[in-house]
Amino acid sequence: MARAAIRGRLSWTLGDVVEVIDETPRVRSIVLDVPEWPGHRAGQHVDVRLTAEDGYQAQRSYSIASAPEDERLSLTVEGLPDGEVSSYLVGELRAGDKLELRGPVGGYFVWESGMGGPLLLVAGGSGVVPLMSMLRHRRASVGSVGARLVYSSRSLEDVIYRDELERLASAEGGPEILHTLTRSQPPGWTGYARRVDADMLRETAWPASSMPSAFVCGPTPFVESVAAALVLLGYPPTSVKTERFGPTGG
Amino acid sequence: MAYVSRGFHGKRAKEREDARVPPGQYLTEDFPVLSAGPTPYTPLTDWSFTIETEAGQELKRWSWEAFRALPSEEVRVDISCVTKWTKLDTVWEGVAIDTLLEGIEHGATHAMAFSDGDYTTNVPLEDLLDGKAWVAFGYDGSPLEPEHGGPARLLVPHLYFWKSAKWVRGLRLMDHDEPGFWESYGYHIYGDPWREQRYAGD
Amino acid sequence: MDGDAMRLDGNAMAGMLGEVFVREMTGARVACGGCGAVEPVGAEHAYTQAPGVVMRCCHCDSVLLVVTQTEETYRVGLGRARWLEFAEGA
Repeated sequence: MARAAIRGRLSWTLGDVVEVIDETPRVRSIVLDVPEWPGHRAGQHVDVRLTAEDGYQAQRSYSIASAPEDERLSLTVEGLPDGEVSSYLVGELRAGDKLELRGPVGGYFVWESGMGGPLLLVAGGSGVVPLMSMLRHRRASVGSVGARLVYSSRSLEDVIYRDELERLASAEGGPEILHTLTRSQPPGWTGYARRVDADMLRETAWPASSMPSAFVCGPTPFVESVAAALVLLGYPPTSVKTERFGPTGG
Repeated sequence: MAYVSRGFHGKRAKEREDARVPPGQYLTEDFPVLSAGPTPYTPLTDWSFTIETEAGQELKRWSWEAFRALPSEEVRVDISCVTKWTKLDTVWEGVAIDTLLEGIEHGATHAMAFSDGDYTTNVPLEDLLDGKAWVAFGYDGSPLEPEHGGPARLLVPHLYFWKSAKWVRGLRLMDHDEPGFWESYGYHIYGDPWREQRYAGD
Repeated sequence: MDGDAMRLDGNAMAGMLGEVFVREMTGARVACGGCGAVEPVGAEHAYTQAPGVVMRCCHCDSVLLVVTQTEETYRVGLGRARWLEFAEGA
């Protein structure tokens, strides 16, 4: 939980995979024990590197899903159809393996309870991962600010952390969670059923006058259009922090 | 070597014993998209290709129509990117640089290719002539896609593919060599994949 | 694949820059010599699918920094970044 004000230069380290958890058909969380882990801040990520026997290497970044207060480090990875790293992490990696990683990194896209709010979190697909770290941290903190999560998924079965989000929302002082399901909705669904747009944000976001802090994460086109919409709603650009995952969300 | 990840193979199609694959490269079946900046979308009505002197004086200019009216040819070549992927038997359609420089009098030894988006790369003139290089507008039987450099890119397959400047708009003829974008940030001034000339000093 | 959908931001450079700089980089502010805008590194555009990582101004696309890496060296190419500012304790 300690945060180093200045740390030594980063370098690669090996973590032990303790557990893998299937969150959705395509998404898996990886729980790690990392020797001498310095602690992290909600919103940070790690770089993961895989090396094949012939020396071939591939590297990707993954957001930390666990709260700084959690005992173990947890990453959540979405398996992409062509992803040579993600398909290994979601399909092959198992408890007992080791994983080479570098981090934690990031100081811009972070939230700590001392930073205030209210918080507006907008997630596209696996962009929910760093925001979940923030919500888990908020739950573990005393005297928290208001929080809303607007979370876009393709369908209900693609919603990551679905049960935990429900528990968080129903607890006293819990965040408001607004789902939108863009491709298919279960029978009787009364929630949003389209991509996040300016109208949806107008209805769901904190008013700019309440001086919210916004964090937007997901595929690049999603992040850029949501950030632009929030600015048009009056959010000062410096209050909207963004983390782009690239074309397909990680 | 770094820790070897149990069971990880990567998505390489084949081992790299193939004699057509330069040292340190891996074969790919894909065509990876690499870019140093946003994709430019110059309308064809605004597009031109120019040959210039070092001082910026225009020696020759083609509009898109004039460029496409030039004789072109189909070529099948292997390409190698400095990021270690090699793709065999890529098929392009383009205008040979020989055709573009025909009839131009100059004393140049080198050229700086320049592109939309401020990208540049330098190539010795003799590496652009005698059927070694083209301005390509077609890939795999179709018009070249913007993310692969369309409407037209430089194609210099015997050098690392960063020399095949995407979104090319012209050549500046020079009487000396000068580093372009990647060359000025530490990549090799020439870039021969068979001598693994990736970085300056290799 | 749309080249612009591949665009990332300074957060994607954090690990690489973290091996070079002692202070955390994504929270550092950078001034663009092209248009004068000052933004956190985390907000600037980053193109990582390239022979190096290119950081561009999110307002005017000027190249701010170019980070390239060989087996033995990191090189931070100085483009049009005028200055970098690190907050105390960041």
